[in-house]
Amino acid sequence: MEFTSVVFYLLSAILLLAGLRVVTARHPVHAALFLVLAFFTAAGLWVLLEAEFLAITLVLVYVGAVMVLFLFVVMMLDINAETMRANFREYLPLAGLISGLIAVESYIVLGGQNFGLAAPVAKAADYSNTKALGRVLYTEYAYAFELAAVILLVAIVAAIALTHRRRPGNKWRDPATQVVVRKEDRLRLVNLKPTRPDTPVEDEA
Amino acid sequence: MDQIQTLLGPAWLPIWTLVKIMAIVLPLLIGVAYLTYAERKIIGYMQVRIGPNRVGPKGWLQPIADALKLMFKEIIIPSGSNKNIFLLAPVLALAPALAAWAVIPFNDTMVLADLDASLLYVMAITSMGVYGVILAGWASNSKYAFLGAMRSAAQIVSYEIAMGFALVGVLMAAQSLNLGDIVRAQAGGFWHWYFLPLFPMFMVYLIAILAETNRSPFDVAEGESEIVAGFHVDYSGMAFAVFFLAEYANMILVSLMTALMFLGGWLSPVPFLPDSLFWLLGKTSFILFLFLWFRATFPRYRYDQIMRLGWKVLIPVSLIWLLVEGAMMQTSLGRFFH
Repeated sequence: MEFTSVVFYLLSAILLLAGLRVVTARHPVHAALFLVLAFFTAAGLWVLLEAEFLAITLVLVYVGAVMVLFLFVVMMLDINAETMRANFREYLPLAGLISGLIAVESYIVLGGQNFGLAAPVAKAADYSNTKALGRVLYTEYAYAFELAAVILLVAIVAAIALTHRRRPGNKWRDPATQVVVRKEDRLRLVNLKPTRPDTPVEDEA
Repeated sequence: MDQIQTLLGPAWLPIWTLVKIMAIVLPLLIGVAYLTYAERKIIGYMQVRIGPNRVGPKGWLQPIADALKLMFKEIIIPSGSNKNIFLLAPVLALAPALAAWAVIPFNDTMVLADLDASLLYVMAITSMGVYGVILAGWASNSKYAFLGAMRSAAQIVSYEIAMGFALVGVLMAAQSLNLGDIVRAQAGGFWHWYFLPLFPMFMVYLIAILAETNRSPFDVAEGESEIVAGFHVDYSGMAFAVFFLAEYANMILVSLMTALMFLGGWLSPVPFLPDSLFWLLGKTSFILFLFLWFRATFPRYRYDQIMRLGWKVLIPVSLIWLLVEGAMMQTSLGRFFH
């Protein structure tokens, strides 16, 4: 067996195991960590496909940012695993149906023969995946790319608008006014003359 | 050398790669040890003290003594902590700090793995270092540690955006994601280095790396006065030492990255001196000195001020300079970048 095949089967095994543990792990934090492992292993598989730009972006975006925030939220929530499992049997048929549908759909989409795709050919050593992807994104798929960007922008604005509210009584200061404060605005120097009582106090000692 | 190669046959490549990895990691670990010594000495002199001077001549053996002490201390696992994750966290902190060094070019030919997208690789790998911090804080089952972990997570994710934009500026100028090509694009003497045409990016990057490595003045993750030692408050012995190693290895890494991307890497500043690895090390040491200087100079930022600086100052500055840079590259001013 070729070395790349060994790596492929190893990574696939880890990926499947990690994916399984995401849904079976008792503790939500453990599940989130297995999801991180799954993403990282998937990135490894993409490297095998010579898609190094996508692989690194997967790690950068999903492992480095999305899952960090996800883990952050999961750690803050006090999730009781028992109540989450309470209705397991009730939902099992529905979940099975959905999983089956997803599996069939994945088979249709991922089976290349349904799209008339040939097996990918290995690229030359100086082939730059990043450059090729950039060229295609900004020429052939420029409209689709920009549409996706606008949708993401709308999502950002909506998310901020939903969570951003100004509460009354919030102790908020404008840093711009804080930095222009001068010494004279806050400090008054007073020249106090020493005062002397009218009648000198007798020395009681 | 050829004789050894034929002797070992197919085992040659793995062995030779391991030798190269050791040639990077060993100096790095020694660098980490002596960076702690430099830190204590430099801050000592800045505060009109002497710093460590008891172990060995002028305190030169202090880092060795510290390392030995940490190795022989007991690792205490707090009761109620999540043992596996508690022990996994330091490993997750150190592994990315070392793995990122795989693609760093040390001069024109010395590089372990010459990836096409090595800049992106470094970004991706270093962004995973935050897991060590978060998991350490969570697994310790302590409120102080957890507060430190949350602060660190929010801070690192926020500053990664500003840092990423600063790097976009560099890769636009160099028209490559390969660190070696980025350095080669700055050839031609010191006024061709990117810190001049990309000065705002350089500043943004310098501030962002301080926040990314949890260093003063952005060290709220371990803010001693509020949350004792933050995420690693429950760690002792070697487990603590591994966090320490990771932090300092990351400091050296980001300083080296600054030198590569903005200060011309191994290129000599003047034409009559040859390019060499020593320029790179010198520039890296200069940035590391800045780290220590900042620590001795600035008071710690308040948490909301850190967030404001990251989101409302650094990101807009880098975005505007991206526009300016893009416009400049379309005109005759574009020659500043080549």
